[in-house]
Amino acid sequence: MSRMLPLTLKDVAVRRRGKRLLGPVNLTLHPEGLTMIVGPNGSGKTTLLRVMHGVERLSDGSATWAVAEEEARHRQAYVFQTPIMLRRTVADNLRYPLQLIATPRAEIETRVNHWARRIGLEARMGLQATRLSGGEKQKLALARALIRKPDVLFLDEPCANLDGASTRDIESILQTALAEKTRIIMTTHDLGQARRLAGDALFMLHGVVHERGPASDFFSAPQTAELQAFFRGDIIA
Amino acid sequence: MNDILEGLVSAFWLVVTFDPDLMQISLRSLQVSLSALVIASAIALPLGTFLAIRRFRYRRLTISLLNALMGLPPVVVGLIVYILLSRSGPFGVLGLLFTPTAMIIAQVIIITPLIASITHQAMRELWAEYHDLLISLNTSGWQRIKTLIWDGRRNLLTASLAGFGRAIGEVGAIMIVGGNIDNATRVLTTAIALETGKGDFALALALGFVLIALAIGINVSIHWLSRTEREGRW
Ligand SMILES: Nc1ncnc2c1ncn2[C@@H]1O[C@H](COP(=O)(O)OP(=O)(O)O)[C@@H](O)[C@H]1O
Ligand SMILES: [Mg+2]
Repeated sequence: MSRMLPLTLKDVAVRRRGKRLLGPVNLTLHPEGLTMIVGPNGSGKTTLLRVMHGVERLSDGSATWAVAEEEARHRQAYVFQTPIMLRRTVADNLRYPLQLIATPRAEIETRVNHWARRIGLEARMGLQATRLSGGEKQKLALARALIRKPDVLFLDEPCANLDGASTRDIESILQTALAEKTRIIMTTHDLGQARRLAGDALFMLHGVVHERGPASDFFSAPQTAELQAFFRGDIIA
Repeated sequence: MNDILEGLVSAFWLVVTFDPDLMQISLRSLQVSLSALVIASAIALPLGTFLAIRRFRYRRLTISLLNALMGLPPVVVGLIVYILLSRSGPFGVLGLLFTPTAMIIAQVIIITPLIASITHQAMRELWAEYHDLLISLNTSGWQRIKTLIWDGRRNLLTASLAGFGRAIGEVGAIMIVGGNIDNATRVLTTAIALETGKGDFALALALGFVLIALAIGINVSIHWLSRTEREGRW
């Protein structure tokens, strides 16, 4: 369990060009488990995730960790919806986050080898990362995020456009990370995945948290008409 | 027609026998343009990278200025450098006019904006691609610049080669500030102009061959570099 949490969002709002993308959001994230964020396209899931990670400028309110800002920045990682590959080899992509924090070389190689095996790319370590398939890139991005052993991991639709096998691999890595007490906050479009992984869940609609609860209640007994409609697959206006 | 054919044949012999005059002029050309390239790159590569990733007050103005400078006619650059270095000019005491140094200065002024502009373009694309990741990984400003320069090194090399191509083929400015003095400031382009004027097609063509070979070599390298870039290997 990490000292970083809880994370508290207070009256958070994000506006761009006069349009409100998010907020007001008031939210406390508790120290353990996996929080799943669901909601229709454009409801503000990505924006919320970026706010929590501290890479989105707030128009209002505050997001505060239980530790100092600088320390919090060091202990979290983020996997973007479209994986960003450095124009380097697969191995160098894995080494990069560790080199930034001046990790001893032997330690870097140990961890790189571990993750190469874990994501099944040990035979392709010398390949340019930009040449990997979509699923391989996503797994590499996940490994690169976890290689610094972050306390908190954010993932934005990590399995969008992936086949069943890749999705299973990624979920298995997430389960392991969870068992090792990594705090995970992620978004998904896949309600099956949401049910499989979630400890608690948030339903975003029009830039606000419309409903929230522990996974058991959230999925089996949604309270609001909008969340019920969302689960039925209706289009929500 | 016969003149030209004879010229071609003797030009070929000048090249394959490593004619001393030809060698001396070619080497001086390389020396001047490579020096200009090193100095211009040292200024333009960091400047272009900096312009791509830092937002500051006069960024737009600097970029416009750079683009305007890129369009400066070399002859005008030559004229300005001439005035500055002439005996009565502000830097006259240095006695640099009609020396290879003066030619290097003129070429630096001509190619720095070009290299900086190409660098800026390439680095802006790379920065857009990497931006979110580098912010998320909590990189310092210096780490960002190092990462971009390293991963963009092929683009930077392309930019430098383009600058070198422009420098080695340039004639107007170095003619003015160098004076095309035999054994001192005569280079490939100014010698071609002179020999053609004198009607000595053999030497002019031989010099032309060397210049063309250099130009082709540069373009092939640029092409090869941008191909490896697209295919994502190196
Ligand atoms: N930089 C931006 N400028 C303007 N609008 C934006 C920007 N980023 C996102 N949006 C808009 O904000 C809304 C929420 O986006 P997002 O958080 O990406 O939603 P989701 O991830 O749930 O699909 C969308 O309507 C999107 O078009
Ligand atoms: Mg999104």
